[in-house]
Amino acid sequence: MFNLFPYNARFDFFGKRKYAYAISALLLVAAIVSLATRGINMGLDFTGGIVLEVGYSKTADLDAIRADLKKNNFKEAVVQYFGSSETVMIRLPPAKGQNQNQLADQVLSALKQQDEGATMRRVEFVGPAVGKELFNSGGLAMIVVLSGLLIFVSLRYQIKMATGAVLTLSHDLIMVFGFISITGIEFNLTVLAAYLALAGYSINDMIVVFDRMRENFRKIRKGSEIEIMNISVNQTMSRTVMTAVTTFLSVLALYIFGGEALHGFSLTLLVGIVLGTFSSIYVASSLSLDLGLKRKDLLKLTDKEKLVDTAP
Amino acid sequence: MNRYPWWKNLLIILVVLLGIFFALPNIYGESPALQISKRNAVMDQAAVDKAVAALKAANIPIKSARLEDKDGLIQFSSTDAQLKAVNIVREALGDDYPVALNLAPSAPRWMQNLGAKPMYLGLDLRGGVHFLMQIDMQAAIKTALERRVDGMRGDLRRANIRYVAADVENDDEIALRFPDATARDAALKSVAGNYPELKFSTEERNGEPYLTAKFTDVGATAERKAAVEQNITTLRNRVNELGVAEPLIQQQGDDRIVVELPGIQDTVRAKEIIGATATLEFRLVSGTPTDWVDAEQSGRVPPDARLYHEKDGRPVLLKRQVIVTGDRITGASSGFDQRSGSPAVFVNLDGQGARRMAEITGQNIGKQMGVVFIEHRTETKMVDGKPVKDKKIIEQVINVATIQDQLANRFQITGLDSPNEARDLALLLRAGALRAPMDIVEERTVGPSLGAQNIQSGVNASILGFALVAVFMLIYYRVFGVTAVVALGVNLILIVAVLSLLQATLTLPGIAGMVLTLGIAVDANVLINERIREELRNGLTPQAAIKAGYERAFATIIDSHVTTLLAAIVLFALGAGAVKGFAVTLTIGILASLFTAIMVTRALVNLIYGRRARLTKISI
Repeated sequence: MFNLFPYNARFDFFGKRKYAYAISALLLVAAIVSLATRGINMGLDFTGGIVLEVGYSKTADLDAIRADLKKNNFKEAVVQYFGSSETVMIRLPPAKGQNQNQLADQVLSALKQQDEGATMRRVEFVGPAVGKELFNSGGLAMIVVLSGLLIFVSLRYQIKMATGAVLTLSHDLIMVFGFISITGIEFNLTVLAAYLALAGYSINDMIVVFDRMRENFRKIRKGSEIEIMNISVNQTMSRTVMTAVTTFLSVLALYIFGGEALHGFSLTLLVGIVLGTFSSIYVASSLSLDLGLKRKDLLKLTDKEKLVDTAP
Repeated sequence: MNRYPWWKNLLIILVVLLGIFFALPNIYGESPALQISKRNAVMDQAAVDKAVAALKAANIPIKSARLEDKDGLIQFSSTDAQLKAVNIVREALGDDYPVALNLAPSAPRWMQNLGAKPMYLGLDLRGGVHFLMQIDMQAAIKTALERRVDGMRGDLRRANIRYVAADVENDDEIALRFPDATARDAALKSVAGNYPELKFSTEERNGEPYLTAKFTDVGATAERKAAVEQNITTLRNRVNELGVAEPLIQQQGDDRIVVELPGIQDTVRAKEIIGATATLEFRLVSGTPTDWVDAEQSGRVPPDARLYHEKDGRPVLLKRQVIVTGDRITGASSGFDQRSGSPAVFVNLDGQGARRMAEITGQNIGKQMGVVFIEHRTETKMVDGKPVKDKKIIEQVINVATIQDQLANRFQITGLDSPNEARDLALLLRAGALRAPMDIVEERTVGPSLGAQNIQSGVNASILGFALVAVFMLIYYRVFGVTAVVALGVNLILIVAVLSLLQATLTLPGIAGMVLTLGIAVDANVLINERIREELRNGLTPQAAIKAGYERAFATIIDSHVTTLLAAIVLFALGAGAVKGFAVTLTIGILASLFTAIMVTRALVNLIYGRRARLTKISI
């Protein structure tokens, strides 16, 4: 048998939870500082504006393109390489005083005059009102997902565990936000999707640990809360690490081959998986312990649980 | 002993076979095709035969040609042949048969008849345009009132009630001014009954008697609904004229319309045609060229006339009274004027329009008639950081001609700059006018090269993701890894099959969801296998450990999958476009993984180990 994690390990996870808290606190502060100072690079989906992706047959000369756009009165255009030096992304803020949906065509024809080989690869235009709506529905999605998970965990487990889980989830998500802020990943709809998928993944991880804790609290009559929780985390450790590895590997494939469009998406997931694994091992259970989780909290539930579990 | 009852094994085999069957059309792929329809009629075999004969004459090889549903479909083996063929077929069949470029499935007919089709690829994978259009409801209400004012003027004339002015004011109110209160009261009595959707009230303004009318709430709602419906119909007509296969035109919310055009190359023209509000009006000319210049310089315009300008800026006076408006046009085609050779549009009018045209031109032979081209344009300007819409109506006289003869239901218009302009105007007149102007508030265009590249990226990522996960599982769990990998393969097949069956749109984020599912799906097997290992360590026999492992892991698997599922479903419910595609594949993937990771692996494990009574060792 080949094991990532020795099965008879008895690491004292919870005795050392102070260190875990310290690391968490440090990362949280870093994330919040970055969010406060740098903010998040909101994508076109949420701000409105225009993005053009233009392909060239040879390496594109960014300075020439900038000069050309300036000449054509697109002074606020941001020009940068996108994925390769033959692809250029041009971003314009929500326009003033012009018929917005025609701007992209005007930019394109200006570029074509400069270089015949310029081809349109992608045009995205989002009106300011639509951007605001997408932003709102994104925020709503986040709230609904978080509260749905809270309700689910409190129904299936225990309110202290649910509180621990949601605090952990918020901790994970703030850190991922911090990561997005520090790296300057453009926060668009796709990244939001990755972000919410992470919420599901992170809770999934915690639930497996919680599930084992509940089982052990019922099975092992002796031992303190800390001991039993330590045993549970040790027992589920292999699985936690395994799943993290397989999920990480599949997202890694997306990061390598998925192209520029999925770059932010896969990077967010990669970091989120690592964070989620750390926090489901440490933060979630530690928090429910420090919130005062007792053996009797879970034993009280067993009768009800049995009724639920034996139902077909 | 671990055995499944025979019906469970049968069920698994059945599901897997069905999965393979419905996933198979994706292997066949799609081939370039021409989709031919007949305007306002069902396509006939004769037209298909004619097109095929023309292609044979031009030496263009075709793969197949047939009638399908309401359209004719000709398939080619290369895009090159398809692009050459489109012009030949258009010429051979003429204006009445719109021809669209399309991709048609290459899977055998019998498969397609059983409902097996390839997945529907989203715009980011096949290239195309996505528009979100916002209807200007204020303008819709205003034009609806304007139509009623015209009607009221007629009503008042026929009832012999004198009025001073009849106009739409403040965009939402009809204001009729009368010389005295008696006339007003008579008007209220005779007119109000004809317009149940309006609320009439009498008032004095600056001491003058007024009759005003506004839409009732019910009336305004009906008018808004009609505006959306009519705009959708018009857009549909226009998109058909453009020759787009599988367009999507759908209402979204109260006042928005989504338009998706896969495979469109010329996006600029598509945008012009879709957003155009152009229509025509025919009016009699008033006065002589000297009067026109005088009117412009002095600003004094005769009361029954209005000052217009021609394309080059020259002034023209036209009578206020309209002979015929654009909505009386039933058909239009472009061509060339036989005498001058300049581009022309040939127009057909409906019965009512033709009668009016005949009546008025008959009385005015030798006089001049002007054709006015009207277009609404909206420009958004930022004032104090807030977007403010600036609406402009462009009214140009494109042609002034002497009436040689009484006109009836068919006549021609010249004065157009180019054959292209004539072609677009004819298209717009044919497709009908938009009831209310629209703004594009969101646009996402993906070029065909990027689409192909996105597919390639998606396929590569899927293969690499599968390989990485598979290798890892095989090394770690050996025989139980093999069962997990087989289950993972079945999972992928099922996702593809369900997507094909539902014809849900596959997008690049959708592929990302599939790849992410690969990682998450094996979680169930990890849970089971770890549990089996644990039970073995606790001293259970291999057979008992397998049984206990599967049973004990089950509740955990359900609990942990529900959370990811919850996130995916919320994303689907609230998400837009790309996010939706991600949520769909993630949801299908998780559901499918419950079946594959639990049932398929168990059946395989039972097959390998289940019958051995004295099993002492398993490879896990």
